[in-house]
Amino acid sequence: MSDILSGFLGDWHALLILLVAGVIPNQIWRMLGLWFGGGIDEGSELLVWVRAVATAILAGVIAEILVQPPGALASVPDWLRYAAVAVGFAGYLASRKSIFAGVVCGEIAMVAGKWWLG
Amino acid sequence: MALPPLDSPQWHSSLSAFGWGMRSIAATVLTLVLFATYLGIGALAHDSHFSLGWALAATAFVWAGPAQIILISTLGSGATVIQAAIAVTVSAIRLFPMVVSVLPMLRTPQTKRRHLILVAHLTAVTLWVECFRFLPQVPRERRIAFIHGLGCGLVLVCLTATAVGYGLAANLSQLFAAAILMLTPLAFLFSTLRNSRELSDVVALILGLLLFPLAAKLDSGVDILISGVVAGTIAYGVHRWRAHA
Repeated sequence: MSDILSGFLGDWHALLILLVAGVIPNQIWRMLGLWFGGGIDEGSELLVWVRAVATAILAGVIAEILVQPPGALASVPDWLRYAAVAVGFAGYLASRKSIFAGVVCGEIAMVAGKWWLG
Repeated sequence: MALPPLDSPQWHSSLSAFGWGMRSIAATVLTLVLFATYLGIGALAHDSHFSLGWALAATAFVWAGPAQIILISTLGSGATVIQAAIAVTVSAIRLFPMVVSVLPMLRTPQTKRRHLILVAHLTAVTLWVECFRFLPQVPRERRIAFIHGLGCGLVLVCLTATAVGYGLAANLSQLFAAAILMLTPLAFLFSTLRNSRELSDVVALILGLLLFPLAAKLDSGVDILISGVVAGTIAYGVHRWRAHA
Protein backbone atom coordinates (compact mmCIF):
# COMPACT_ATOMS: atom_id res chain seq x y z
CA MET A 1 0.00 0.00 0.00
CA SER A 2 2.99 2.34 0.43
CA ASP A 3 2.87 3.33 -3.25
CA ILE A 4 -0.56 4.84 -2.61
CA LEU A 5 1.09 7.40 -0.35
CA SER A 6 2.72 9.28 -3.19
CA GLY A 7 0.94 12.38 -4.41
CA PHE A 8 -2.54 13.73 -3.80
CA LEU A 9 -4.44 11.08 -5.73
CA GLY A 10 -1.92 8.27 -5.38
CA ASP A 11 -1.59 5.92 -8.33
CA TRP A 12 -4.36 4.98 -10.75
CA HIS A 13 -4.34 1.46 -9.33
CA ALA A 14 -5.71 2.70 -5.98
CA LEU A 15 -8.42 4.68 -7.76
CA LEU A 16 -9.35 1.63 -9.81
CA ILE A 17 -9.73 -0.34 -6.57
CA LEU A 18 -11.95 2.46 -5.24
CA LEU A 19 -14.13 2.19 -8.34
CA VAL A 20 -14.39 -1.61 -8.28
CA ALA A 21 -14.69 -2.23 -4.53
CA GLY A 22 -16.23 1.08 -3.41
CA VAL A 23 -18.20 3.03 -6.00
CA ILE A 24 -19.78 0.26 -8.10
CA PRO A 25 -20.93 -1.92 -5.14
CA ASN A 26 -22.84 1.07 -3.73
CA GLN A 27 -24.21 2.63 -6.91
CA ILE A 28 -25.52 -0.70 -8.15
CA TRP A 29 -28.00 -0.90 -5.26
CA ARG A 30 -29.05 2.74 -5.59
CA MET A 31 -29.68 2.35 -9.32
CA LEU A 32 -31.54 -0.94 -8.79
CA GLY A 33 -33.68 0.88 -6.22
CA LEU A 34 -34.35 3.59 -8.80
CA TRP A 35 -35.17 1.01 -11.48
CA PHE A 36 -37.33 -1.46 -9.57
CA GLY A 37 -38.47 0.91 -6.83
CA GLY A 38 -42.12 0.85 -7.78
CA GLY A 39 -42.69 -2.86 -7.36
CA ILE A 40 -41.29 -3.68 -3.95
CA ASP A 41 -43.23 -3.66 -0.73
CA GLU A 42 -41.30 -1.77 1.93
CA GLY A 43 -42.40 -4.17 4.64
CA SER A 44 -41.59 -7.38 2.71
CA GLU A 45 -39.88 -10.24 4.55
CA LEU A 46 -36.87 -10.14 2.22
CA LEU A 47 -36.21 -6.50 3.09
CA VAL A 48 -36.48 -7.26 6.82
CA TRP A 49 -33.74 -9.89 6.43
CA VAL A 50 -31.64 -7.61 4.23
CA ARG A 51 -31.88 -4.81 6.76
CA ALA A 52 -30.95 -7.14 9.63
CA VAL A 53 -27.88 -8.44 7.77
CA ALA A 54 -26.84 -4.90 6.77
CA THR A 55 -27.18 -3.75 10.40
CA ALA A 56 -25.14 -6.73 11.64
CA ILE A 57 -22.40 -6.02 9.09
CA LEU A 58 -22.22 -2.44 10.31
CA ALA A 59 -22.04 -3.78 13.89
CA GLY A 60 -19.15 -5.99 12.78
CA VAL A 61 -17.32 -2.93 11.45
CA ILE A 62 -17.84 -1.09 14.74
CA ALA A 63 -16.53 -4.16 16.62
CA GLU A 64 -13.53 -4.47 14.30
CA ILE A 65 -12.43 -0.88 14.98
CA LEU A 66 -12.84 -1.44 18.74
CA VAL A 67 -11.22 -4.90 18.91
CA GLN A 68 -8.51 -4.49 16.26
CA PRO A 69 -8.02 -0.71 16.30
CA PRO A 70 -6.18 1.05 13.47
CA GLY A 71 -3.32 3.54 13.86
CA ALA A 72 -3.25 5.79 16.88
CA LEU A 73 -6.29 4.15 18.47
CA ALA A 74 -4.14 1.07 19.15
CA SER A 75 -2.23 3.16 21.73
CA VAL A 76 -5.35 3.16 23.94
CA PRO A 77 -5.61 0.04 26.17
CA ASP A 78 -8.38 -2.44 25.26
CA TRP A 79 -10.26 -1.99 28.56
CA LEU A 80 -10.30 1.78 28.15
CA ARG A 81 -11.82 1.59 24.66
CA TYR A 82 -14.57 -0.73 25.91
CA ALA A 83 -15.12 1.42 29.02
CA ALA A 84 -15.45 4.53 26.81
CA VAL A 85 -18.17 2.80 24.78
CA ALA A 86 -19.97 1.87 28.01
CA VAL A 87 -19.78 5.48 29.30
CA GLY A 88 -21.00 6.74 25.91
CA PHE A 89 -23.91 4.31 26.05
CA ALA A 90 -24.81 5.54 29.54
CA GLY A 91 -24.72 9.12 28.20
CA TYR A 92 -26.90 8.12 25.25
CA LEU A 93 -29.50 6.59 27.57
CA ALA A 94 -29.31 9.40 30.18
CA SER A 95 -29.89 12.04 27.48
CA ARG A 96 -32.97 10.20 26.22
CA LYS A 97 -31.21 8.81 23.16
CA SER A 98 -29.14 11.73 21.95
CA ILE A 99 -26.50 10.47 19.49
CA PHE A 100 -24.45 13.57 20.12
CA ALA A 101 -24.46 13.16 23.93
CA GLY A 102 -23.41 9.51 23.54
CA VAL A 103 -20.47 10.40 21.32
CA VAL A 104 -19.33 13.27 23.56
CA CYS A 105 -19.51 11.16 26.77
CA GLY A 106 -17.58 8.30 25.15
CA GLU A 107 -14.90 10.66 23.85
CA ILE A 108 -14.51 12.45 27.19
CA ALA A 109 -14.16 9.10 28.99
CA MET A 110 -11.48 7.89 26.57
CA VAL A 111 -9.46 11.11 26.52
CA ALA A 112 -9.69 11.52 30.31
CA GLY A 113 -8.68 7.89 30.87
CA LYS A 114 -5.73 8.11 28.51
CA TRP A 115 -4.61 11.42 29.99
CA TRP A 116 -4.82 9.97 33.49
CA LEU A 117 -2.78 6.92 32.46
CA GLY A 118 -0.15 9.29 31.04
CA MET B 1 -34.52 27.55 11.29
CA ALA B 2 -38.09 27.22 9.94
CA LEU B 3 -38.96 26.51 6.33
CA PRO B 4 -41.37 28.90 4.57
CA PRO B 5 -45.06 27.87 4.53
CA LEU B 6 -46.13 25.57 1.68
CA ASP B 7 -47.89 28.37 -0.24
CA SER B 8 -45.02 30.89 0.12
CA PRO B 9 -43.62 32.50 -3.10
CA GLN B 10 -40.22 31.34 -1.78
CA TRP B 11 -41.05 27.94 -3.26
CA HIS B 12 -41.79 29.30 -6.76
CA SER B 13 -38.28 28.74 -8.08
CA SER B 14 -36.26 25.54 -8.01
CA LEU B 15 -33.12 27.50 -7.23
CA SER B 16 -34.55 28.93 -4.05
CA ALA B 17 -35.83 25.45 -3.08
CA PHE B 18 -32.26 24.20 -3.60
CA GLY B 19 -31.08 27.03 -1.35
CA TRP B 20 -33.57 26.12 1.38
CA GLY B 21 -32.42 22.50 1.14
CA MET B 22 -28.79 23.50 1.53
CA ARG B 23 -29.59 25.78 4.47
CA SER B 24 -31.49 22.96 6.16
CA ILE B 25 -28.21 21.19 6.96
CA ALA B 26 -27.92 23.76 9.77
CA ALA B 27 -31.26 22.59 11.19
CA THR B 28 -30.25 19.09 12.16
CA VAL B 29 -27.95 17.63 14.78
CA LEU B 30 -27.25 14.77 12.36
CA THR B 31 -25.03 17.17 10.38
CA LEU B 32 -22.79 17.36 13.44
CA VAL B 33 -22.81 13.58 13.81
CA LEU B 34 -21.98 13.23 10.11
CA PHE B 35 -19.15 15.74 10.47
CA ALA B 36 -17.74 13.75 13.40
CA THR B 37 -18.10 10.48 11.46
CA TYR B 38 -16.25 11.85 8.43
CA LEU B 39 -13.51 13.36 10.61
CA GLY B 40 -13.01 9.77 11.75
CA ILE B 41 -13.12 8.41 8.19
CA GLY B 42 -10.53 10.98 7.06
CA ALA B 43 -8.28 10.00 9.98
CA LEU B 44 -8.82 6.28 9.26
CA ALA B 45 -7.88 6.81 5.60
CA HIS B 46 -4.71 8.58 6.69
CA ASP B 47 -3.69 5.92 9.20
CA SER B 48 -4.40 3.17 6.63
CA HIS B 49 -2.04 4.92 4.14
CA PHE B 50 -4.53 6.11 1.54
CA SER B 51 -4.01 9.46 -0.23
CA LEU B 52 -6.10 12.54 0.58
CA GLY B 53 -7.44 12.63 -2.98
CA TRP B 54 -8.50 8.99 -2.68
CA ALA B 55 -10.29 9.72 0.61
CA LEU B 56 -12.12 12.73 -0.89
CA ALA B 57 -13.08 10.81 -4.05
CA ALA B 58 -14.46 8.02 -1.85
CA THR B 59 -16.58 10.51 0.11
CA ALA B 60 -17.98 12.12 -3.06
CA PHE B 61 -18.58 8.99 -5.15
CA VAL B 62 -19.24 6.23 -2.63
CA TRP B 63 -21.16 8.55 -0.28
CA ALA B 64 -21.90 5.93 2.35
CA GLY B 65 -19.95 6.12 5.60
CA PRO B 66 -20.19 2.45 6.58
CA ALA B 67 -19.12 1.33 3.10
CA GLN B 68 -16.14 3.67 3.21
CA ILE B 69 -15.07 2.33 6.59
CA ILE B 70 -15.45 -1.28 5.45
CA LEU B 71 -13.50 -0.50 2.29
CA ILE B 72 -10.67 1.24 4.14
CA SER B 73 -10.43 -1.28 6.96
CA THR B 74 -10.63 -4.41 4.78
CA LEU B 75 -8.11 -3.12 2.20
CA GLY B 76 -5.94 -1.68 4.99
CA SER B 77 -5.82 -5.04 6.78
CA GLY B 78 -4.63 -6.81 3.64
CA ALA B 79 -7.82 -8.25 2.14
CA THR B 80 -7.98 -8.72 -1.63
CA VAL B 81 -10.01 -6.38 -3.84
CA ILE B 82 -12.59 -9.16 -4.37
CA GLN B 83 -13.01 -9.71 -0.63
CA ALA B 84 -13.39 -5.97 -0.04
CA ALA B 85 -15.85 -5.65 -2.94
CA ILE B 86 -18.02 -8.48 -1.56
CA ALA B 87 -18.10 -6.99 1.95
CA VAL B 88 -18.94 -3.51 0.60
CA THR B 89 -21.59 -4.86 -1.80
CA VAL B 90 -23.36 -6.67 1.02
CA SER B 91 -23.16 -3.65 3.34
CA ALA B 92 -24.62 -1.46 0.58
CA ILE B 93 -27.75 -3.58 0.13
CA ARG B 94 -29.44 -1.40 2.75
CA LEU B 95 -29.30 1.50 0.25
CA PHE B 96 -31.79 -0.38 -1.93
CA PRO B 97 -34.75 -0.22 0.49
CA MET B 98 -33.80 3.39 1.33
CA VAL B 99 -33.99 4.50 -2.31
CA VAL B 100 -37.18 2.50 -2.81
CA SER B 101 -38.87 4.21 0.14
CA VAL B 102 -37.64 7.78 -0.59
CA LEU B 103 -38.65 8.04 -4.25
CA PRO B 104 -42.46 7.88 -3.81
CA MET B 105 -42.19 11.03 -1.67
CA LEU B 106 -40.57 12.93 -4.56
CA ARG B 107 -42.47 11.77 -7.62
CA THR B 108 -45.00 13.90 -9.47
CA PRO B 109 -46.85 12.74 -12.61
CA GLN B 110 -44.26 14.69 -14.67
CA THR B 111 -41.20 13.17 -13.01
CA LYS B 112 -38.95 11.12 -15.28
CA ARG B 113 -36.61 8.49 -13.94
CA ARG B 114 -33.55 10.50 -15.01
CA HIS B 115 -34.65 13.40 -12.77
CA LEU B 116 -34.16 11.10 -9.80
CA ILE B 117 -30.64 9.81 -10.54
CA LEU B 118 -28.89 12.45 -8.42
CA VAL B 119 -31.38 11.89 -5.59
CA ALA B 120 -30.63 8.15 -5.73
CA HIS B 121 -26.90 8.89 -5.54
CA LEU B 122 -27.35 11.26 -2.59
CA THR B 123 -29.50 8.76 -0.69
CA ALA B 124 -27.69 7.45 2.38
CA VAL B 125 -28.81 6.98 5.94
CA THR B 126 -28.76 10.66 7.03
CA LEU B 127 -30.58 11.97 3.96
CA TRP B 128 -33.08 9.13 4.24
CA VAL B 129 -33.90 10.03 7.85
CA GLU B 130 -34.15 13.74 7.03
CA CYS B 131 -36.47 13.14 4.06
CA PHE B 132 -39.14 11.87 6.43
CA ARG B 133 -38.71 14.94 8.63
CA PHE B 134 -38.40 17.77 6.06
CA LEU B 135 -40.37 16.69 2.98
CA PRO B 136 -43.87 17.11 4.44
CA GLN B 137 -42.97 20.82 4.79
CA VAL B 138 -41.89 21.16 1.13
CA PRO B 139 -44.31 21.48 -1.84
CA ARG B 140 -44.19 18.27 -3.87
CA GLU B 141 -43.05 19.89 -7.14
CA ARG B 142 -40.01 21.45 -5.36
CA ARG B 143 -38.94 18.39 -3.38
CA ILE B 144 -36.33 17.14 -5.87
CA ALA B 145 -34.61 20.57 -5.89
CA PHE B 146 -34.82 20.71 -2.09
CA ILE B 147 -33.23 17.25 -1.71
CA HIS B 148 -30.52 18.17 -4.23
CA GLY B 149 -29.70 21.17 -2.02
CA LEU B 150 -29.80 19.21 1.22
CA GLY B 151 -27.73 16.36 -0.23
CA CYS B 152 -25.13 18.60 -1.84
CA GLY B 153 -24.83 20.56 1.41
CA LEU B 154 -24.20 17.34 3.34
CA VAL B 155 -21.62 16.18 0.76
CA LEU B 156 -19.76 19.51 1.13
CA VAL B 157 -19.79 19.20 4.93
CA CYS B 158 -18.43 15.66 4.67
CA LEU B 159 -15.72 16.54 2.10
CA THR B 160 -14.55 19.25 4.51
CA ALA B 161 -14.63 16.83 7.45
CA THR B 162 -12.73 14.16 5.47
CA ALA B 163 -9.96 16.65 4.64
CA VAL B 164 -9.82 18.04 8.19
CA GLY B 165 -9.75 14.54 9.75
CA TYR B 166 -7.04 13.44 7.32
CA GLY B 167 -4.95 16.50 8.13
CA LEU B 168 -5.49 16.20 11.88
CA ALA B 169 -4.48 12.54 11.95
CA ALA B 170 -1.24 13.50 10.23
CA ASN B 171 -0.40 16.37 12.56
CA LEU B 172 -1.94 15.73 15.95
CA SER B 173 -0.61 14.17 19.10
CA GLN B 174 -1.36 10.48 19.47
CA LEU B 175 -4.05 11.19 22.08
CA PHE B 176 -6.12 13.41 19.79
CA ALA B 177 -5.56 11.21 16.77
CA ALA B 178 -6.94 8.31 18.84
CA ALA B 179 -9.89 10.47 19.91
CA ILE B 180 -10.76 11.23 16.27
CA LEU B 181 -10.52 7.56 15.27
CA MET B 182 -12.83 6.73 18.20
CA LEU B 183 -15.53 9.03 16.74
CA THR B 184 -16.38 6.47 14.06
CA PRO B 185 -17.45 3.52 16.22
CA LEU B 186 -19.25 5.79 18.72
CA ALA B 187 -21.16 7.76 16.07
CA PHE B 188 -22.18 4.63 14.15
CA LEU B 189 -23.14 2.69 17.26
CA PHE B 190 -25.49 5.35 18.60
CA SER B 191 -26.93 6.42 15.26
CA THR B 192 -27.67 2.78 14.34
CA LEU B 193 -29.26 2.24 17.73
CA ARG B 194 -31.31 5.40 17.26
CA ASN B 195 -32.49 4.28 13.80
CA SER B 196 -33.48 0.80 15.00
CA ARG B 197 -37.22 0.68 14.63
CA GLU B 198 -37.80 -2.99 15.25
CA LEU B 199 -36.52 -5.61 17.66
CA SER B 200 -34.76 -7.43 14.79
CA ASP B 201 -32.61 -4.31 14.19
CA VAL B 202 -31.51 -4.18 17.83
CA VAL B 203 -30.79 -7.94 17.94
CA ALA B 204 -28.80 -7.65 14.70
CA LEU B 205 -26.74 -4.79 16.14
CA ILE B 206 -25.94 -6.52 19.46
CA LEU B 207 -25.27 -9.96 17.95
CA GLY B 208 -23.20 -8.37 15.19
CA LEU B 209 -20.99 -6.70 17.81
CA LEU B 210 -20.61 -9.91 19.83
CA LEU B 211 -20.09 -12.35 16.94
CA PHE B 212 -17.39 -10.37 15.14
CA PRO B 213 -14.60 -11.24 17.63
CA LEU B 214 -15.51 -14.94 17.17
CA ALA B 215 -15.62 -14.68 13.38
CA ALA B 216 -12.28 -12.84 13.43
CA LYS B 217 -10.67 -16.01 14.81
CA LEU B 218 -11.41 -17.68 11.46
CA ASP B 219 -9.15 -15.12 9.79
CA SER B 220 -11.00 -15.67 6.51
CA GLY B 221 -10.64 -12.18 5.04
CA VAL B 222 -14.44 -11.90 5.00
CA ASP B 223 -14.93 -12.17 8.78
CA ILE B 224 -17.31 -9.19 8.83
CA LEU B 225 -19.42 -10.82 6.16
CA ILE B 226 -19.62 -14.10 8.09
CA SER B 227 -20.55 -12.52 11.41
CA GLY B 228 -22.96 -10.17 9.63
CA VAL B 229 -24.87 -12.87 7.75
CA VAL B 230 -25.04 -15.15 10.82
CA ALA B 231 -26.09 -12.39 13.24
CA GLY B 232 -28.52 -10.85 10.75
CA THR B 233 -30.14 -14.19 9.98
CA ILE B 234 -30.57 -14.97 13.70
CA ALA B 235 -32.12 -11.52 14.17
CA TYR B 236 -34.47 -12.23 11.28
CA GLY B 237 -35.34 -15.56 12.96
CA VAL B 238 -36.23 -13.66 16.14
CA HIS B 239 -38.46 -11.37 14.06
CA ARG B 240 -40.24 -14.39 12.50
CA TRP B 241 -40.59 -16.13 15.83
CA ARG B 242 -42.20 -13.05 17.39
CA ALA B 243 -44.50 -12.62 14.40
CA HIS B 244 -45.79 -16.18 14.91
CA ALA B 245 -45.90 -16.15 18.69
